Amino acid sequence: MRVTHWLTFLAFIALLITGIEILISHPRFYWGEVGNVNTPPLFTFHIPSSRDTVPTGFGYVMPDQNGWSRYLHFQAAWLLVLTGVVYLAYLLFSGHLRRNLFPTHEQRSFRAYTTRFGQYISRIEPTVAELHSYNVLQRSSYLVVIFVLFPLIIWTGLAMSPGVTTAFPLVGSLLGGRQSARTIHLFVTIALILFLVVHVTMVALSGFRARMRAMITGKAQLTETELTTKELS
Amino acid sequence: MNPLSRRKLLYTGTAAVAGAAGLVAAARLAEKYGLIPPDHGVLYGTGETLTYACQRVLTTHRPLHEFPRSMISKQPFMNEIGKLPDAFKASQAANFSDWRLTVDGLVTHPLSLSVSDLRALAVRSQITEVACEEGWSYIAEWVGTPLSAVLREAGLKPEARFLAYFSIQPDWWESIDIDEALHPGTLVTWGMNDGDLPVGFGGPLRLRAPRQLGYKSVKFLTRITATDSMKHYGKGLGSASPEGGYAWYAGI
Repeated sequence: MRVTHWLTFLAFIALLITGIEILISHPRFYWGEVGNVNTPPLFTFHIPSSRDTVPTGFGYVMPDQNGWSRYLHFQAAWLLVLTGVVYLAYLLFSGHLRRNLFPTHEQRSFRAYTTRFGQYISRIEPTVAELHSYNVLQRSSYLVVIFVLFPLIIWTGLAMSPGVTTAFPLVGSLLGGRQSARTIHLFVTIALILFLVVHVTMVALSGFRARMRAMITGKAQLTETELTTKELS
Repeated sequence: MNPLSRRKLLYTGTAAVAGAAGLVAAARLAEKYGLIPPDHGVLYGTGETLTYACQRVLTTHRPLHEFPRSMISKQPFMNEIGKLPDAFKASQAANFSDWRLTVDGLVTHPLSLSVSDLRALAVRSQITEVACEEGWSYIAEWVGTPLSAVLREAGLKPEARFLAYFSIQPDWWESIDIDEALHPGTLVTWGMNDGDLPVGFGGPLRLRAPRQLGYKSVKFLTRITATDSMKHYGKGLGSASPEGGYAWYAGI
């Protein structure tokens, strides 16, 4: 199942890069069903655009990369969705969800969150028991990413597809319209980037090499030398 | 080799063979039911094929969603248009009275229709959104003759699988499959918001395919050809879009 982690990572990076390419062809965001340069934007990124029809204040136009970006964006989206289906099936049937992702009985309190947050702030070393189990903040953020952010990014993506919305209009209108969906798609992307930054930072702080080795080979046991160095430091 | 790894090898081998056979069978079936887009062989053709096949299965017979009149955009965005050839300007000077739409290929009665011929044939209006691949959109009322009515008049032959269509601008041509062509939402448009279709929006004639992105709605329409394969048009990828790096199917 580690392979689903890396496939998701690969798809996410491809989606992120191509998404940025697509964004710069129209760096204006709207709310509602319609939006174009004749309607007031909700907000605008003050960056050069890859189209000369968008007023940006810059005297030049970026090269158009939308063709391959769109092709790759949707191919990577398929990879993400299909990997997600396999991962979800594993989550449900292996007990991983219940055992390792849902907060344990004693973690289900506001206090558990603040305590664990305090431990992060004061950089208290985790106990060996904790090294082999997710804490409440980890469990909660993984659940949000898996069951809120990813479904939402897929839904808002579908809500921008004219083939989908002309056939199933509720997909778009429940989100407030095509342009609202596009804006939410951006916000969810930002949330996912924040998750990625924090996730990678945590991995780095807890020993980048050991964690990467664990996630690639599946050998999570710390070697004796690593344990000793940990105790010494 | 211990027995466990031999068994594992056997299982993996069987699964691989079954998987490959399944893929071949799926590809045959998909081809038979018209679920393979002409640009399936390009670099990112796998994603394109999955999207096209899924949308064909799920949306082909869905009715077209239309918007209420109150949602029509006050100032629809007029996208820039490429250089118009002299033939266009000459026709424009004659108020497009000599503009002709040629309908040929796999039809029993090839046609050459003026705008008024089209108006006499059938009329349908729809309030739909133009969504551009760049991200912007607007809603307008489009008035025209359903493409299905034009094809009925021309006598579409059953072996036709695609409809290629061309603009007076030589480097803009597209194609759609027959399901899309016969969908009641697909319109040979000559009117917009209570008036003639302005040149800036593709007048005198524009093929509106409202279930796909704006670039499939070719402006300054001059010719429609029914064909059983897109192999012999351009580079054989289905339209000018994949030749310029864009997907042939634009329902997404």
